[in-house]
Amino acid sequence: MQLTINGVPRDLPADATVADAVAAAAAPPRGVAVAVNGAVVPRGAWPATALAAGDRVEVLSAAQGG
Amino acid sequence: MGGYPDSAVGDLVIAGEKIGSRLILGTGGAASLAALDEAVTASGTAMVTVALRRVDAAAGQPGGLLDLLERRGVKLLPNTAGCYTAREAVTVARLAREAFGTSWVKLEVIGDDRTLLPDAVELVAAADELVADGFTVLPYTTDDPVLARRLADVGCAAVMPAGSPIGSGLGINNPHHVRLLRQAVDVPVILDAGIGTASDAALAMELGCDGVLLASAVTRAQDPAAMAAAMRHAVAAGRLAYGAGRIPRRFHALASTPDEGRPDL
Repeated sequence: MQLTINGVPRDLPADATVADAVAAAAAPPRGVAVAVNGAVVPRGAWPATALAAGDRVEVLSAAQGG
Repeated sequence: MGGYPDSAVGDLVIAGEKIGSRLILGTGGAASLAALDEAVTASGTAMVTVALRRVDAAAGQPGGLLDLLERRGVKLLPNTAGCYTAREAVTVARLAREAFGTSWVKLEVIGDDRTLLPDAVELVAAADELVADGFTVLPYTTDDPVLARRLADVGCAAVMPAGSPIGSGLGINNPHHVRLLRQAVDVPVILDAGIGTASDAALAMELGCDGVLLASAVTRAQDPAAMAAAMRHAVAAGRLAYGAGRIPRRFHALASTPDEGRPDL
């Protein structure tokens, strides 16, 4: 199915979860947070949260900022 | 400081938690992680800001920033930089809580992309919602004493007025407002934004601020570590001067050497 991860169109299997999207984004092992369609998905819920075609997934981590 | 103890500078206490330095360092603008590391160490800071960005944008340093800050033992203060609405800022704060495991947040809700000054209406709304959600909220605000009081009233743990626009290095444009603001709230006041050099940080403390938050003044200085050390001394000096009770300003001179006993030559 087609969805976007960090604004980039991606093709993931139809049964993909948030955990799969995080892996596809090559996120660092810690300090990561995820929003799907603007809503926060807690880390503990990543493996059980199914994605749908057209979802906007944001995978975020620490960056320098004042 | 000779025989006078450094401990006289006192502690910055926010929401009942003792922060080991009155200087809070922003991590934005550093040329490299190595330069940032030197600046953090030289500043003596105990709390630094971090931002949350897409992992591909942060790809140059996967995990490196958090590792560095953990090694230095500093507390993280996530920011909501780049948010223009309360809704966005509240979501970023919740994401930061997930990512960094802290409910502390430097709340920024920007109202204008040229001045980067806050949108007061959205800021108060976001602060209200985050306090209700259990966050320790440190809002970046203007030097308006009334707005500061509104932020304190909704439960912010501190207020952080800008001395002048972010990154401008223009210092404290309205020192009198900072003094008024200091009197308007009971929570800690942290001068945030606009600091250009050490004397600006000292002035903030002399005006009664409890701390200073700065980034660009250090990270974009020609020698960030040297400026970080300068800021550490400036904050301490300003705090001591504030407590010491300065002499009143006079229009004319007042000789410090007595006239009495002056020779007739």
